[in-house]
Amino acid sequence: MQRATFFDHLILWLGILFLITPIWILFASSTHTVETIIQEGMQWIPRLEGLSSYKTALTSAIGFTDTATGMRMLWNSTIMGVGFAVGKIIIAMTAAYALVYFRIPMATFLFWIIFSTLLLPLEVRIVPSYEVVSDLGLLNSYTGLILPLIASATATFYFQQFYKTIPDELLEAAQLDNANAWLFFKDILIPLSRTMMAAMFIIMFVVGWNQYLWPLMMTTEEAYYTIVMGIKNFLSVATEGRVPEFNLIFAMVILAMLPPVLIVIVFQRWFIQGLVESEK
Amino acid sequence: MAKQVQFSNSWVPYVFIAPQLLIIAIFFFWPALQAFYLSFMLEDPWGLSSTFVWFENYQTLFQSSEYLYSFIFTIGFSAIVVFLSLMISLVLAVKANSVLRAQRTYRVLLTWVYAVAPAVAGVTAYFLFNRHLGLFYDWIVATGWNFAPETKAFDSMAMLTLMAVWKQVPVNFVFFLAGLQSIPKSVREAALMDCESNMRRFWTITFPLLAPTAFFLVVINITYAFFDTFALIDTLTQGRPGGSTTSLVYKVYQDGFLGADLGLSSAQSVLLMVLVMALVMVQFRFVERKIHY
Repeated sequence: MQRATFFDHLILWLGILFLITPIWILFASSTHTVETIIQEGMQWIPRLEGLSSYKTALTSAIGFTDTATGMRMLWNSTIMGVGFAVGKIIIAMTAAYALVYFRIPMATFLFWIIFSTLLLPLEVRIVPSYEVVSDLGLLNSYTGLILPLIASATATFYFQQFYKTIPDELLEAAQLDNANAWLFFKDILIPLSRTMMAAMFIIMFVVGWNQYLWPLMMTTEEAYYTIVMGIKNFLSVATEGRVPEFNLIFAMVILAMLPPVLIVIVFQRWFIQGLVESEK
Repeated sequence: MAKQVQFSNSWVPYVFIAPQLLIIAIFFFWPALQAFYLSFMLEDPWGLSSTFVWFENYQTLFQSSEYLYSFIFTIGFSAIVVFLSLMISLVLAVKANSVLRAQRTYRVLLTWVYAVAPAVAGVTAYFLFNRHLGLFYDWIVATGWNFAPETKAFDSMAMLTLMAVWKQVPVNFVFFLAGLQSIPKSVREAALMDCESNMRRFWTITFPLLAPTAFFLVVINITYAFFDTFALIDTLTQGRPGGSTTSLVYKVYQDGFLGADLGLSSAQSVLLMVLVMALVMVQFRFVERKIHY
């Protein structure tokens, strides 16, 4: 291999700069006072004492009622991210298990049924989906937030492919030991899938956390606002006030991206694995 | 293809597959069929009754210049976003692959943007390009460009494209880097022996070996540019000025949810479904071919 030159590093740093600049300016500006932002525009250099705007953003409610504080919205987003990831992994693992390890007469048909969900993302069937959830009385509930988003097959294929790589001998051995279907799943497949589950969890958590349109339509009560969609709603409230609280909004935007970004950085290896595998 | 050895219980598999099928039936097939059904219906303006109108909604769509514009915009926008984000990430991945030390650091620094929600990226850009507050706005104006995304379609599109590329570079980077690292060391060493020029070696050896990854990424990126840019558009331009940044997916939402024209919106959903189906088929054909590489 050839050694990287100075020029190579320069290009890489330009790329990093391209990615980080918008977020850095937003962060730096969030630590300035509203007056500075209005008079001089957004800022490059953060102020240490300005970090208090994060405390305000976390604890004070910006909306019309006093329920939607930053903390509350972060909590809702966490429930949404975790619920989405766990729900998706459970139904995907069990469905893939049924498809791979059992002789089902309609296996091909069921496969295509599940596969066809890839054809129509939620954005496109949003209005009828909204009506179904509203008919079921699930508006403004965590169930209504999470379940419709789970109705897709990406993770199912991922686990299906993975199960196929597990040697047949394992099942033969288990059958000799008189293990039934549930025991095989619980004691052999789940422990074998641990890394895969972790990788999938990281990706799905980020995807669930970042949902925007669905929670925007689903939630009218501020108590159920997630932070990603809450920002949009509070944008108008905060900017139409006599003194628009830009620093709080900026802090809120930073808070909205912080948890998923941290997870992707800390669990980098699983994240890469999950991303590459789930898109295949 | 299923396993050689399998369980042969009669009802157990259905218990395992039931949760997925149930959720898909209620939250996917029911709404999707409704969209299909509604695309043949015309609702009166008060939403009280609707009549079966065969293909009238589709006809309206095909004759609508707005829809045609939105179609052209989506194709053009997608092409530019796909091209730019693939080029930038390919360059970055090639450079990162040649770095021996600190490669992990570079990888982390070039991938974290994946975790930023499109809506959050949109709000960020909204402020950065804001006439009164934004630093980016100041910089652009300082170059002599009379930047006005509120009124000029080109400026609005440029802003949207920049953010869409920004958001997509990390994903492509991950895949390109993985593709580069899967090229066997022996091949790279042989290439190094035979070919002095860096550029030539890249175009004759590395690039052809990366072609499967690149092709797969084109499909993924088109899907991204079509669907996942929704939140970006909604937070940044809302289709302004004058509908010039309204993508096909955004139009489904505008007509169906904001405009309450369910029939027309559903017809658009069905057309989009056909488009996605075509994309998936291309991807599948390619996956089959990949085995021969």
